[in-house]
Amino acid sequence: MDYYKLRVTKNRLMQFLVYLALFSALVPLFSILSEVIRRGFFTINFDFFTKPTPTVGEAGGGVANAIQGTLITIGFSSLIGVPIGLMSGIFLSEYGESKLSVAVRFLHDVLSGVPSIVIGVFAYALITRSIGFSVTAAAFALAIIMIPIVTRTTEEALKLVPMSIREAAIALGIPRWKTTITVVLSGAKKAIVTGILLSIARIAGESAPVLVSMGFWRWWFAGLDRPAANLALNVFIFAMSPFENWIALAWGSALVLILLVLGISVTARVFTRERY
Amino acid sequence: MKISQKISPFIRNLNIKSVSYLKNHFKGDDIFKLVSALFASSIFLLLGLMVYELVKGSWLSIQTFGLNFIVGTTWDPAISRIFGVLPLILGTLVTSAITLLIGVPISLGVGLALSEYAPKKFGVTVSFLVELLAAVPSVIYGLWGIFVLIPFLRDHVYPYLKAVFGFIPIFSGPIYGGGVLTGGIVLAIMIIPTVSAVMRDLFSAVPNSQREAMIALGATKWETVKTVISYARSGVIGAVILGLGRAVGETMAITMVIGNRFQVWPSSLFDAWYTMAAIIANELLEATYDLYISALINVGLVLLFVTLIINILARLIVWRALRLTMGIARE
Repeated sequence: MDYYKLRVTKNRLMQFLVYLALFSALVPLFSILSEVIRRGFFTINFDFFTKPTPTVGEAGGGVANAIQGTLITIGFSSLIGVPIGLMSGIFLSEYGESKLSVAVRFLHDVLSGVPSIVIGVFAYALITRSIGFSVTAAAFALAIIMIPIVTRTTEEALKLVPMSIREAAIALGIPRWKTTITVVLSGAKKAIVTGILLSIARIAGESAPVLVSMGFWRWWFAGLDRPAANLALNVFIFAMSPFENWIALAWGSALVLILLVLGISVTARVFTRERY
Repeated sequence: MKISQKISPFIRNLNIKSVSYLKNHFKGDDIFKLVSALFASSIFLLLGLMVYELVKGSWLSIQTFGLNFIVGTTWDPAISRIFGVLPLILGTLVTSAITLLIGVPISLGVGLALSEYAPKKFGVTVSFLVELLAAVPSVIYGLWGIFVLIPFLRDHVYPYLKAVFGFIPIFSGPIYGGGVLTGGIVLAIMIIPTVSAVMRDLFSAVPNSQREAMIALGATKWETVKTVISYARSGVIGAVILGLGRAVGETMAITMVIGNRFQVWPSSLFDAWYTMAAIIANELLEATYDLYISALINVGLVLLFVTLIINILARLIVWRALRLTMGIARE
């Protein structure tokens, strides 16, 4: 009887601990969201979206240049990362298992485990050292972070397209490549777009590789061989600065960033809710 | 095999015009396959180039210091120009260990709560929230760490911790707010969404027959849950290593809260320290001469190797655990 009581007590204790763990995980996460919304909300006004970074001591100012710079950098890295990821995903899904596909899949796993700061150092060594701190270097680093994400989501999306659809297209005499592009890709369109969106959300929040390859820039975009301002990096630089105004802008930038990233994630989720 | 080859016995009987038509019709296939294979192979070039550039960039430092770079404990860019990264490696590993000590039990609890304990609707809603939070950029965790967590820990937690456990050396010493323990806590908060989401998926994938068998034997809920955990254990180990990899390479959040002081060993858990990723982020822009830059790129190379070793270890451990499970099943 005593042993039974011990088991029941242990059961209750563990149930308590499990809920305690859930509680202690949720409290800081809610705190992060509520603090960013609360402190960021008061920073956001018309100037915030229309004015560039204020000089030290200047009141007001905004992050318009950082939004511009972030969009340009993301656009440029998507131009490099999306085609490579898309084609790699097609290769992995449509051309069966081979030594090459096993190796490619393994290396994508390896690449997605490489810390983003190391990718930043790579871009620094390869590009920044020859052409200087620039949008090009940052876009290159962010594209490398994108590639494994786009590849994996594309491969998974294409594998969800039923084989019978491919067979039907081939039976009609349509060449394989046309089948892939017009039938398979368009069948998996939503899931692929979702994957690309998720990878964009990921690189929009990356600041470590941007810091070492492009550096901080407080003016407007001035060419691909020059740096540009960046939202995520602004959060870091502003937060570490001793100026009240900049710290307020850090919270505002954090709010914009969180809305962007969470907005993309929610959209992605709604997109993929209906599957085959 | 080429599709035009596959159907060639069939088209041989057709008139010559349609043969050439079909050959042209399917020509695109080989081109498209080649192009996609080339794109897919670019990963070899990319990773090869990465290792090559990092080795080339750190060559000056490797030549100058050799192995002393790994075991050296001096980092003096200003006067003697000697660089050694042992304290950074220790800082990275100890912070990651603290992260796992705090983060793994909580993630395990969250995974179990969402898959085994909580009512289904509640579980689905909370899982959704937790997964969204996994997408929050690390720099925002750092921002929150500086302005919310550090003041809270400094004023409300650390003084009590010191008062109660002060007789143990790791809980003595001055309290700054930022430091090793704070870094570990922030990283733990960061990895919890990712790791617990993986764990919940793992536990949900355990077949119900396992639970039913335990319940039929008269097991309590916890005894049933223990079976579920042990059924999924190789995956659980994989999830833990996933968290470890993230903690080791994390840069921004840790730079913002760990205090960034280069020393071999901190005086207590409240003391400031440094990690490999943080020193690159802090100093690469300010490095003024070639040897300094080379030393920082060398830190990046060491970091790359540490994370590669962790990834390979993870694979080996999961593989071994899988083999053991299958061995038990065979008996």
